[in-house]
Amino acid sequence: MSAPVSPDTWQYRQINARAPGLSYLSNGLIDLVADGHKIAVGTADLQYSNGLSRFAEKHPELFIQFGISEQNMVSAAAGIATTGSMPFVATFASFLALLCCEQIRMDVAYSALPVRLIGHHAGISLGFYGTSHHATEDLAITRSIADLTVVAPADGPQLAAAIRASIHHPQPIYFRIGRGQEPNVYPDDMVFEFGKAIVHAQGHDLTLIATGSMVHPTLAAAQALRASGLSVGVIDMHTIKPLDREAVLTVARHTELLITVEEHNVLGGLGGAVAEVLADVGHGPRLVRHGIYDEYSLIAPPTHLYRHYRLDAEGIEAVAREALVQEDKQNVR
Amino acid sequence: MSIAHSDQSVDALASELSPELISHLNERALFVRLETIRLISIAKVGHYTSVFSCAEIFSVLYYDAMRLRHGEPKWEGRDRFLMGKGHAAVGLYPILADWGFFDRSVLDGYTRLGNPLGDHPDMRKVAGVDFSSGSIGHALSGGFGMAMGARLQNLAFDVYVLLGDGEMHEGQVWEAALAAAHYKTSNLIAIVDRNGYQLDGKVDDIIGIEPLADKWRAFGWDVHEVDGHDVAAVARLLRQLKAETHREKPVCVIALTVKGKGIEYMETEPGWHLGWLAEEDEKLAIEEIKAHGGAQ
Repeated sequence: MSAPVSPDTWQYRQINARAPGLSYLSNGLIDLVADGHKIAVGTADLQYSNGLSRFAEKHPELFIQFGISEQNMVSAAAGIATTGSMPFVATFASFLALLCCEQIRMDVAYSALPVRLIGHHAGISLGFYGTSHHATEDLAITRSIADLTVVAPADGPQLAAAIRASIHHPQPIYFRIGRGQEPNVYPDDMVFEFGKAIVHAQGHDLTLIATGSMVHPTLAAAQALRASGLSVGVIDMHTIKPLDREAVLTVARHTELLITVEEHNVLGGLGGAVAEVLADVGHGPRLVRHGIYDEYSLIAPPTHLYRHYRLDAEGIEAVAREALVQEDKQNVR
Repeated sequence: MSIAHSDQSVDALASELSPELISHLNERALFVRLETIRLISIAKVGHYTSVFSCAEIFSVLYYDAMRLRHGEPKWEGRDRFLMGKGHAAVGLYPILADWGFFDRSVLDGYTRLGNPLGDHPDMRKVAGVDFSSGSIGHALSGGFGMAMGARLQNLAFDVYVLLGDGEMHEGQVWEAALAAAHYKTSNLIAIVDRNGYQLDGKVDDIIGIEPLADKWRAFGWDVHEVDGHDVAAVARLLRQLKAETHREKPVCVIALTVKGKGIEYMETEPGWHLGWLAEEDEKLAIEEIKAHGGAQ
């Protein structure tokens, strides 16, 4: 083999090395086996995209390659779960939550089996692969399925911690994760608690509630806003269902403006969930739901899309400043 | 590779089927039909004919082939049963009660508010139901997962999956068929209830599925055809499959059946996929079934 012609040259099978956040997936599962937990791991022809090839090398006897048969994978995972092994099955979020929606409802959630569904490359993180590979509806879909827990970790350490915690979680879980390029927010030894939002900061001018891949840029945006003398709160709402209602209600009492930030349609996801809580109590601060505004994404590399849709730190900061201006106008009226 | 048994050993197995057992299996098939009529009379609509085509299959599975323990629906060593054609569950419930998995009185409230027994089987609500169903096409995947689960957990159970012939239209069936052959899950036995009809008419008029045996063979399965109403033939075949300890392929049994078997006007009228027998007709149906002694 000749040496690569440029530092940018790489092979598909080396993708794991280029997605450090995803290495936490395989490593977290390898740790579960080391701790004596009975698990099975499967994917649908994406073991290099999600890095599960690492798990497969280490534990081939516990790894099931399903091929490009996602629906079979989800139903079979339910079958496996009835026999005492806890299955973790992974594929692109678009194929998992949209293509396998009915298998998830019928065989996993309705049957209340402890299946762990891992939808990776969620949102628009597959960039120019296009809408077929984007998942900006998955939170809305999975959130409406009874008895399904829905979690969107912000980074690798939180994913690994959630995987560890899932061993003692009886319900089926949909994990929504990114492409593994998200900078770490948390240390490797973080502890994860389902349904318990993480309050990074409290603020009375506005509070940003972010989930998944949006936590890191939201923290950066808050930092920039504080530099202008604003009091800015940030909450990581990693569990979309069951939503931490108390965290929402508490912050609603102490802040003048709420902004949700998600790499998802503004309909039905985190923004929808927070809106439901506020509507239930009938009063509270104004809510701005930021995300993808009910449209299909353009074609572009992921970072270009994040800039275009104002889902990077600068974009989120700009959205917040605009919302604050509107807030002032309303107050004058 | 399939390890076929010599004719001699198959004959030896067959000789174990006593006339008493055959009579018992026919009687249990009769029991399934009569209970189906009784339960549907409570709901006032149901899938009589879908049960009548597989009544003998139910009988042989639950009263000869499957390893089960009375009153222990969660025994981990039990053989599993899944139904792709979940709408035939009304015929299964009386058997599950007969096995002591739940009280017989539960049957009397079939489909009533709060009763666990609905048109389609729910594993969360009904003890003895191994997998929920109702959306056609998932069961073979679920069964494949259980067969893999047996391997992961070092358990020796078999998994039986009853599929409708109309169910062959579902793509997911063939995803599971590929995977089961690839992973050589020889403990997975699919039984296709080839009764020839689905809701809108004849399966082969709607979307043809023949040559069906060739399709399963091409997908890497061992294929057997059997008269699905001949309890001795079905029992002999399932015993033979149990004895094939070195088989490396999953098995597909194509059971040739008659939709509505046991009631002549149901056998000849496809509109009976879903229906209700009003009082007088119900009496006549019961008389006809009893006169035939099940499917004989």
